Amino acid sequence: MATASIHIPVAHQVPRATAEPWVVRWLLIGFALAFLGLFLFLPLAAVFAQAFERGVSAYLASFRDPDAQAAIRLTLLTAAIVVPLNLVFGIAAAWAIAKFEFRGKSVLITLIDLPFAVSPVISGLIYVLLFGLRGWLGPWLDAHDIKIIFAVPGIVLATLFVTCPLVARELIPLMQAQGTEEEEAAVVLGAHGWQTFFRVTLPNIKWGVLYGVILCNARAMGEFGAVSVVSGHIRGLTNTMTLHVEILYNEYNFVGAFAVASLLTLLALVTLGAKTLVEWQTRRRSTDAGGDEAEPKPVAVTAPVAVTGE
Amino acid sequence: MSGAAQSRTRRILPGFGLAMGFTLTYFCLIVLIPLGALVLKTTGMSWGDFWSAVTAPRVLASYKLTFGASFVGALINAVFGSIVAWVLVRYRFPLRKLIDAMVDLPFALPTAVAGIALTSIYATNGWIGRLLEPASIKVAFTPLGVIVALTFIGLPYVVRTVQPVLEDLDAEIEEAAASLGARRWQTVTRVILPELWPALATGFALAFARALGEFGSVVFIAGNMPMKTEITPLLIVIKLEQFDYAGATALAVVMLVASFALLLLINLLQRWASRLRPVHGD
Repeated sequence: MATASIHIPVAHQVPRATAEPWVVRWLLIGFALAFLGLFLFLPLAAVFAQAFERGVSAYLASFRDPDAQAAIRLTLLTAAIVVPLNLVFGIAAAWAIAKFEFRGKSVLITLIDLPFAVSPVISGLIYVLLFGLRGWLGPWLDAHDIKIIFAVPGIVLATLFVTCPLVARELIPLMQAQGTEEEEAAVVLGAHGWQTFFRVTLPNIKWGVLYGVILCNARAMGEFGAVSVVSGHIRGLTNTMTLHVEILYNEYNFVGAFAVASLLTLLALVTLGAKTLVEWQTRRRSTDAGGDEAEPKPVAVTAPVAVTGE
Repeated sequence: MSGAAQSRTRRILPGFGLAMGFTLTYFCLIVLIPLGALVLKTTGMSWGDFWSAVTAPRVLASYKLTFGASFVGALINAVFGSIVAWVLVRYRFPLRKLIDAMVDLPFALPTAVAGIALTSIYATNGWIGRLLEPASIKVAFTPLGVIVALTFIGLPYVVRTVQPVLEDLDAEIEEAAASLGARRWQTVTRVILPELWPALATGFALAFARALGEFGSVVFIAGNMPMKTEITPLLIVIKLEQFDYAGATALAVVMLVASFALLLLINLLQRWASRLRPVHGD
């Protein structure tokens, strides 16, 4: 305190006063990189190192296993059903929430996040309680010979639950930031509702939609806990890629497990790449528009809450 | 925002009924009704049954591990996450943008993949496990392994909540502190840190909440020994596999109550954060 006023602020000293000494600087960078290296890059490297441990041919052979192919097909099928449904839900929810004022709006926004607060195991459990053989609708389903639990419909339902907020969470802040002026102009000029949506709204949110879809797809394909509870682990029938990874790993078939895991890892990396691209696009758009028109970093802001779950 | 303009516009745009109707129907069918079924199922249990199901010794041991490891994981993330956020915002170094993008990896990587990758690294013959073995430190198949997995999956939260606050921080207040004679360390602890607290607390709570329900990455590295390395979500699965639906439901309700309490806390924290730091441009 006593030495407080001894500093004489000379112009070239000002930036120095708000920076750390270089030792501290490099120490902090070192800590951060060591932490990230240990927790991010090492596991990433481990996936590929283990997958290729016995060489490329052993790696490729893992995909000739009919069970692995069935698992990949089931995962693709699940994503093909889940992603479009959640996309429609996301757009509808964002349209209602971002473009209109109504009572209970903040409650609805909080509710949409609900699946993130639920453990994936519980997301599976609730469908077992509803549709399982000893569940509420179990006897009725059994009498009509409809299988949901330990079958594909259960896997789809559990995945729907887990990934349902993803597109909505991406679009709500984006559409709120864009306001309603452009749509109003279109309507006043005589456009129909759908015309307004496809020609005015959609071009504005296309990058957000794209990222939401990619994110939803990645999470749908990578879901493990919820799917594990409802699948029944029937090889070739109800095994998704992640469940197949688990089975192979538990059988000590490490190359096979990590080979399938490497596909999922590539998917994760593509998702991160898409996120970076979308952020870059939105930032460019906002600078083109001359500043604060669009939200500067909508993806970064929503991401932490958006990808919870399993 | 001008309230008058808002209330006029709501009648101009079409599609509110359709969008809202679809949203509510879909959400009720996929989320609310199934969750309601869970709560309804517990009302069928007597209080005594419920209580003995959720306080059995094996269950209590799983709470201790789940909550304890989640807490430690979130704490590690609070410390290192703030350092990572600080370094990413303030310093320039090679590959910074790539590293920044990679912080979200735990969001995108399937948890089962993370689980087997971490296990292979920390097993006694793994890259790190091998180095730790001479010191007789075991990570995989011990509570330490659970902490490692939960640290991994919670890693992005603190970074991503603290980072935007640091970016928005006015350089002027730091300059003011410095020109008033504060040492750099004083500026950091008395000027910058107080601004970060709400974001840091939110990030911590998010990481903690996420870790509580985590299943995929933990089951591989934990070893799953009853009373020792069994997390509560796994116990739910085990009960379900034994067709003990009531027991599984009781545990699920306990976990749900814990996560909803956290969700509420996070909402309050975010409100606190936005009151301290009004969003720019509003």
